[in-house]
Amino acid sequence: MNGTTLFINALALACLALGFMKDRAKTRQALKVSVKFFVRILPTMLVIILIIGLMSGFVPPKTISRVVGQEAGFIGVLTVAVLGAILQIPSLIAFPLAASLLENGASVTSVAVFITTLTMIGFVTLPLETRILGKRFALLRNALSFIIAILIGLIMGVIL
Amino acid sequence: MGKGAMKNLRKAFLRDLLFLGAVVLITAVLLSMFPEKKDPVFLASKNFLVEMLLIMPAVMVLMGLFAVFVPDELIVRYLGKSSGLRGMLIAILIGAFPTGPLYVAFPIAASLLKKGARVASVVAFLSAWACIKIPQELVELQFLGLRFMAARLALTIVFVLAMGLLMERILGRELRDVPGVPEPGRP
Repeated sequence: MNGTTLFINALALACLALGFMKDRAKTRQALKVSVKFFVRILPTMLVIILIIGLMSGFVPPKTISRVVGQEAGFIGVLTVAVLGAILQIPSLIAFPLAASLLENGASVTSVAVFITTLTMIGFVTLPLETRILGKRFALLRNALSFIIAILIGLIMGVIL
Repeated sequence: MGKGAMKNLRKAFLRDLLFLGAVVLITAVLLSMFPEKKDPVFLASKNFLVEMLLIMPAVMVLMGLFAVFVPDELIVRYLGKSSGLRGMLIAILIGAFPTGPLYVAFPIAASLLKKGARVASVVAFLSAWACIKIPQELVELQFLGLRFMAARLALTIVFVLAMGLLMERILGRELRDVPGVPEPGRP
């Protein structure tokens, strides 16, 4: 167990204790919500874990770095950005996937772009966003998010 | 949450389960064809499984607490009145607090716009909700390290502020033609 793990668990316990002191019923309800979140996320979590395993076993780092590494250049970055915009992976689970890609030769830029488009752009939820917030707002927000995701990734590639 | 939303959740869950079944099947077929790959595949999967199980329950507890103790109305109340750069920063902070996927934030954003909140603040709020949630940042810290997390966080905040101002420039300070909040239960 490393520092971050300890910190997260300590924080959760502290918040839980605080919650119990403030309002027992609400905290119990919160725990129920937590279990629901966990059950809902579990299948996708297991899928990603299997995919990480398969990737480590079957896809050599060379291939990964050719597709999403330094060698791939800007086309690689664009590909990752589009993938992130289309895929529907809960962002919590995207981080382990990103970490294993990074370990296996993906570039910092690709990984940062992937995480950012994955979280900020919802290709699947675009019709919903359009209906609730209007076409101009939704399209503009998604398009600009795509651009800033690439900018953030490029800058991170330079500074890290 | 309405009945329709519940039904959609169940459907999504079934789809996730089906997808899991397919991936398990593919893994089984691949490993029976290449038995020598069994060890590296299982080792990598096991390491990530352990790492995730060590933090996911804690993250879920945090998210559950946020969801119950910070209701939507509270967010709307605090965001509706703030304006200026301070308003945008508050929007980011509040967006980073609660939980749930991005589509949960759309109706909140719509009601904020209808109440006359600045476009720049609403954009900042939505973006923060999407990619700077606190529990999420903790997972990023765990898997990608402090340098990566801090750099991405700082850059995201700067660019989200710029994006909010740019969108406000294009769309106008207040949006009057927001279609609005859908009926409860209708996704």
